[in-house]
Amino acid sequence: MIEVNDIHYTYPTGVTVLNGVSIKVGYGEFLAVMGENGAGKTTLVKHFNGLLKPSQGEILVDGVATTKASVAQLSRKIGLVFQNPDHQFFCETVEEEIAFGLRNFGFSEEAIKEKIDFALNLLDLGDYRKTSPFMLSGGEKKRLALATVLTWDPTVLILDEPTVGQDYSQKEKLRQFILKLNSEGKTVIIVTHDIEFVAECNPRVVILSHGRIIADGPAKKVLTNFDQVKEASLVPPQMTQVFLKLTDMGFTADTIDVNEAKDKIMDYLQRSPK
Amino acid sequence: MMVFRGFRFKRAYTWMHRMDPRIKLLLSCSFCLVFLYTELVPLILTLAIQIAMVLSVHISHEWLGTLKGGGLFAVLIFVMNLITGSTVSFAIAMVLRFLVLISAFSMFFLTTRPDDLGAALEKMRVPYEYSFMFTTAVRYVPVLATEALTIVDAQRSRGLEMDKGNIMKRVRNFTPVLIPLLVNSIRRSLEMAEAMEARAWGATKKRTSLSVPKLKRVDFISSAVICITVIFAVYARLYLPIPTVELIPWFHIKIL
Repeated sequence: MIEVNDIHYTYPTGVTVLNGVSIKVGYGEFLAVMGENGAGKTTLVKHFNGLLKPSQGEILVDGVATTKASVAQLSRKIGLVFQNPDHQFFCETVEEEIAFGLRNFGFSEEAIKEKIDFALNLLDLGDYRKTSPFMLSGGEKKRLALATVLTWDPTVLILDEPTVGQDYSQKEKLRQFILKLNSEGKTVIIVTHDIEFVAECNPRVVILSHGRIIADGPAKKVLTNFDQVKEASLVPPQMTQVFLKLTDMGFTADTIDVNEAKDKIMDYLQRSPK
Repeated sequence: MMVFRGFRFKRAYTWMHRMDPRIKLLLSCSFCLVFLYTELVPLILTLAIQIAMVLSVHISHEWLGTLKGGGLFAVLIFVMNLITGSTVSFAIAMVLRFLVLISAFSMFFLTTRPDDLGAALEKMRVPYEYSFMFTTAVRYVPVLATEALTIVDAQRSRGLEMDKGNIMKRVRNFTPVLIPLLVNSIRRSLEMAEAMEARAWGATKKRTSLSVPKLKRVDFISSAVICITVIFAVYARLYLPIPTVELIPWFHIKIL
């Protein structure tokens, strides 16, 4: 379990980004961290695997403070996938790129071979085994970045802006993939602005604004609270907006899911006289 | 990363900030004359003059960062000189030369706006392509520094331990950082070239500037002082006895 106790963080340049954040993330949870640009989302998740150490307060991972463990030790448990895949590829082949993390964590060559096959299949990259990572398309690079982390099977998977620059079908595949991982018991944390994506995933949502948590709860509750969502420079999901405009017909603006919305409208049509 | 901050413009209003970039470049280059000297006394004197300048223009924090950044290299120079058979005084003198040089250019970049530098280079008849190349390179240093930090974070998240292992391993540890940095820089420069062409870069052969650097009183005074000092430094080297100090003269090792 990740336990964040009232952390503050100021960058060496003097900019304060986190102003007292407390949050608990249990194993098996699916959490989305949302908020405006510069709200401190990435800064917060960089604390989870120890890349940043809080200026004040503490973070406990399984009861151990992140200041007491190395980034490598924490990363073995908490896999963080960075936003821009171009910030991490350096090997000649996709296969080597996946092996890098595994070698760092001291897996045997045999286990590495097995895990590479597993990761390549899992993310549908099998055809690119011997390709240079630099030759992949944007979506494939994102998938490879995910594969390079997923391969050592961390307990918690953190994805920073996983949907940026992805077309709809890629996003849908990613959503299915995340839901599958989560249903298999993996804790998944996504950092994103993409409110429609979050609405479709329906996770627990935390909204950060100016370094503070202003909302924490199920997506359905948090994303339909117009004031909170606006405070973080976000717009509620389109479904919620539609229902808000239909309130005088007896609808309530608390729906984020397309299917739920359809049911409600069908129900209304069947009830109302022609 | 403090090293980079020591070469990045810091806004302030002092005599050195107001100075014409051409004269300031002359000032920084004139410090290269320390190559004439291997004696401790004149070198210490030069560094003292620089410290006085730095203090008078409020850049001491950044300047110290530069010196700290150059610290490892300074130690290397000292050790290399000692083990190749130089005296302690000579080794220190070589370190001082190095420090005078990096702080001269740190002072220049800390107090000169990249735009002013470009304008000055153009005024000195440097073709615009070259002056643009130079100012852009200067401007991208902080961008590169931030990017390098992000890459280090990304690789550490993949289990890379930068400061683990013997020297060879540690040098190899830089590969996962340097390759993405290099690839991204090349990619960015290509993108930038396209963006510039899309905005009609080089469409007019003769460019005009909004503000043209003009020499002011402070520039004439400074250039006079610089010239006199330079002439004196050369004269002193040729005709005056330079006081020498030997520190621990009995200490002498030669390995290489």
